[in-house]
Amino acid sequence: MINTLGRHLRESLKSLARNTWMTFASVSAVTVTLILVGTFLVIMMNLNHVADNLEQDVEIRVLIDVTADEKAQQTLKGEIEKISQVDSVVFSPKEKELENLVDSLGEEGKSFELFEQNNPLNDVFVVKAKEPRDTTVVAEKLEKLDNASKVRYGQDQVDKLFNAISVARNIGIALIIGLIFTAMFLISNTIKITIIARRREIEIMKLVGATNGFIRWPFFLEGLLLGVLGSVVPIVLISVSYQSLYTWALPKLQGSFVEVLPFSPFVFQVSALLLLIGALIGVWGSLMSVRKFLKV
Amino acid sequence: MIEMSEVYKTYPNGVLAINGIDIMINQGEFVYVVGPSGAGKSTFIKMMYREEKPSSGKIVINGVDLSTLKESKVPMLRRQIGVVFQDFKLLPKLTVFENVAFALEVIGENPKSIKKRVLDVLDLVQLKHKARFFPDELSGGEQQRVSIARSIVNNPAVMIADEPTGNLDPDTSWEIMNLFEEINNRGTTIVMATHNKEIVNTLKKRVIAVEDGKIVRDEARGEYGIYD
Repeated sequence: MINTLGRHLRESLKSLARNTWMTFASVSAVTVTLILVGTFLVIMMNLNHVADNLEQDVEIRVLIDVTADEKAQQTLKGEIEKISQVDSVVFSPKEKELENLVDSLGEEGKSFELFEQNNPLNDVFVVKAKEPRDTTVVAEKLEKLDNASKVRYGQDQVDKLFNAISVARNIGIALIIGLIFTAMFLISNTIKITIIARRREIEIMKLVGATNGFIRWPFFLEGLLLGVLGSVVPIVLISVSYQSLYTWALPKLQGSFVEVLPFSPFVFQVSALLLLIGALIGVWGSLMSVRKFLKV
Repeated sequence: MIEMSEVYKTYPNGVLAINGIDIMINQGEFVYVVGPSGAGKSTFIKMMYREEKPSSGKIVINGVDLSTLKESKVPMLRRQIGVVFQDFKLLPKLTVFENVAFALEVIGENPKSIKKRVLDVLDLVQLKHKARFFPDELSGGEQQRVSIARSIVNNPAVMIADEPTGNLDPDTSWEIMNLFEEINNRGTTIVMATHNKEIVNTLKKRVIAVEDGKIVRDEARGEYGIYD
């Protein structure tokens, strides 16, 4: 096996060089496919990351009735803590709420500073669920409590984001599957041409007792090489562009809720995945051809 | 050595090529298979190296029962059988040496022993001096000698030849026959399908005549008979 691997590799390289145009077409098909797969992966994984972060941050704001005195507030807090899915309850006085509001509005917020004398806001309990997916359930329970005048949470936005992501994901996956099949088809055609060009060689190999495995190896390697060659450009392209995109976007996103995945190890994971997908496309394409055209 | 009993072969298109053959060929024998075109000679010969499978019946080659032989074991069977064709089946882009070495390389022989064995067998077919030539630089007889060298480089117990002199002129054909005699004298069983009346009638050997898929004649030192 080790002895003959060099020979198989030589054979497959030779036929790649011989069928220049088919090699070029197959490698390009893999390249285009993987660039799209890679871009898609980068976008999806970052969106998922953002959504996860958002979900982690989902908090339920219970606006406390203005008429509630300190004792009523304590009772309310106790009742909230009794809800099994609740992780934490933090009190935020209305003075702080106003401060936050003013801060978040920046320059325009200055006009709200007037309200400091007569704060129209409510005191708030900030509630966090143990599991983000329980947020809705917890919110519903909170609404029923006395002295909870209003319950607000960002679940709607998160749900919408998740829906958008899943639609985008499905479209992307369908597109990619189509492309993968195209690439595989092209590779299997390239291998078919090689097989036909080597008909006589294969015939003689069979005649003198070469094993089927031995006969198949070069074709298998050829497919693998086509796939791996096709993954080089996408990997380089995605690494380089993610690096520059990351350095460009990072300062702009500072302080916002959007957070992108850091270059390392993310890009290396994506690269490894692209290489693997390329190799699989190649091997699969070659196996299709070998099974069909190589009656050994 | 080669044993067939109750062998029938029907092709998928319905043609009955072999219609009940029983035969026994011993180690070291030299056998001509004769008969008109389309009589089933080729099928008969192809079944010996399992290019074709019989529809029914039993074939045993060198102790291996082909009817129960697994597909994965066919390569091992082929290594015990050398096959020579009318059209030589050489690889045009390989030299004489490489063509012969090819047969050993693809069965995973140790590269060190390949060189010596190839040169030895090229010596036997008297083509050592043309080892670096390409097939199209050789005459038909020389090309056939290369293909014979390739078929015996692995020291097979049986050599099967399908009209090996079919493309050669009479003088060259005799060169090939002398080589076959020599190979046979070294103990290799030879089964040769042929249309060459002169050879069969001069170099007397066992003759098996096939007609309509049956053996109609089997003589120890036979004649060619009257075909085409």
